Amino acid sequence: MCAVPHAKVALMAISSRGFSVKSQVGFSTIALLCIFALYLPIFTLVVYAFNDTDSMSLWGGFSLRWFKSASHNVAIQDAVLRSFQIAIIAATLATAMGTLAAIATTRTAPYRGLNFKYALINQPLIVPEIVTAVALLIVFARIKVWTGYTGGAYLVAAHTAFCIPFAYLPIRARLEGMDLTLETAAADLYANPWNTFTNITLPLLLPGVIAGYMLAFVVSLDDVVITEFVKSGGQETLPTYMLGQIKKSITPEVNAAATFFLVLSVLAVTAFYFISRKKH
Amino acid sequence: MQNNPSIAETARRSDIRNRWLLAAPALTTIILAAIGPLLVVLMFSFMVRGDYGDVKYWQFSTNGWLSVLFERDPIDDSLGLSSANFTIFLRSIKLSLITTVITVLLGFPTAYFVATRPEKSRHIWLLLITIPFWTNLLIRTFGIQDVIRNEGLINNVLLKFGLISQPIQMLFTDGAVLLGLTYVYFPLMVLPIYSSLEKLDFRLVEAGYDLYATRAKVLWNIILPLSKPGIIAGSILVFIPCIGAYVTPRVLGGGKNMMLGNLIEQQFGQARDWPFGAALSITLLVIVTLALLIYVRSAARESGSHGH
Repeated sequence: MCAVPHAKVALMAISSRGFSVKSQVGFSTIALLCIFALYLPIFTLVVYAFNDTDSMSLWGGFSLRWFKSASHNVAIQDAVLRSFQIAIIAATLATAMGTLAAIATTRTAPYRGLNFKYALINQPLIVPEIVTAVALLIVFARIKVWTGYTGGAYLVAAHTAFCIPFAYLPIRARLEGMDLTLETAAADLYANPWNTFTNITLPLLLPGVIAGYMLAFVVSLDDVVITEFVKSGGQETLPTYMLGQIKKSITPEVNAAATFFLVLSVLAVTAFYFISRKKH
Repeated sequence: MQNNPSIAETARRSDIRNRWLLAAPALTTIILAAIGPLLVVLMFSFMVRGDYGDVKYWQFSTNGWLSVLFERDPIDDSLGLSSANFTIFLRSIKLSLITTVITVLLGFPTAYFVATRPEKSRHIWLLLITIPFWTNLLIRTFGIQDVIRNEGLINNVLLKFGLISQPIQMLFTDGAVLLGLTYVYFPLMVLPIYSSLEKLDFRLVEAGYDLYATRAKVLWNIILPLSKPGIIAGSILVFIPCIGAYVTPRVLGGGKNMMLGNLIEQQFGQARDWPFGAALSITLLVIVTLALLIYVRSAARESGSHGH
């Protein structure tokens, strides 16, 4: 989990000349091989999900039986459902908090505490996941003993915290590109702050909010390490369920569940990409 | 307009107060569920280990920290360098550094390739590199497993063509962990290098050719120095998650080829030595912070040298 400097494409067009000053020997080959290698394991995993054999070895023909058996596996059903519940709640909370925090930290002259806020909000991006995971394990284990409560709130709290920077960053980027003219105009026309926010700021901010929500959602859905340490007994999400399967012999059932997850992530990321590109 | 400074000042103060209120939910959540617990980890690292995990509260000891590098001899109770922990430290640093170097060597040409595509298709190439990064890390690691298992893709293909008679053991080796880390964090190297190269003024490259520089010289003396900020940023972005990696070594390295993350997990699992695990966690955090500081300093020097 790290911030990806979102690569923006400059509008500067470089006119192409006859002599290709840009080519470097072998670079295109390396690049194409790398991009191919990036997809090879993913394709292998997906292909095995459609394999009609019991073991994970040779190809035995195309079949959907593993998808069928995965969808009938109560443990997988339960894990998928929990993954989504947590991701939806955590992403919603993180986006709401991230939006408020973004409004609080943009479009202002620097003030005391501004850098402190930045540092705090981005902190989950810097600390290694395993460190946060054991820290939460220590604290939540105590709280679980004290209160006797072992429900899903711990997972939601942990996920919300590490999702906040992912929701915050795209929203902040969007806000920084908006000036205050429209809001000032609304205020001049006697709109109260709430009306200004709901009728002016929020609609303009919406692409950033959607992008932030999607990132937070995907990041929550993907989390393994923190969930593994925070969960109480019987609170598997799909990633922790899969991690638990590596000790046993893996069946293509896991591949089928992974494929389902993969398709969802790809759809979300692609949608995010096109939404965040639109603003330019 | 603002002939009454006290009104302006009051407005500014209330604005700042509102801004604190707006940020409060996010800040509170992060303090309670991310930063606060880190302080507890620091505290635990100085306590006496409990018999069944946990710690003995308010009984202090430095044993947790001593275990980071040393181990007590079971016979005469003397301290000696812990070779087991030392090996894991070395492996973590070694694998992270090698991964960083390999991702630079492969990521630079890839970023260069993408940055020199025509304007319109660049987005698509970039998306192709971004998609795997945002798909589940565990699923991608499982994918690598499917490729290198004894009954996996590579061994199947080699066996089929009669190139080998026995499957090659690739899974559960240091090499497998290295492959996994490189695979998983490769996009983190490409993206920052790309954003450096994308701003590259190719008139400089042309000027180099006009002065009879060879392709290699243009690359070495013009393109590489100008993309240095991207390479440094990418290296940090790759090194930091590598050194704290947990899932990849667990899935691809098996039990033997542990890295720091797995050693930490072990202390909270089977080994039940929470103070040691806590001390290791803080050590990891310090290594990451140092790497970031080096980055910030070199980035500052970079922008300083451009100022001349």
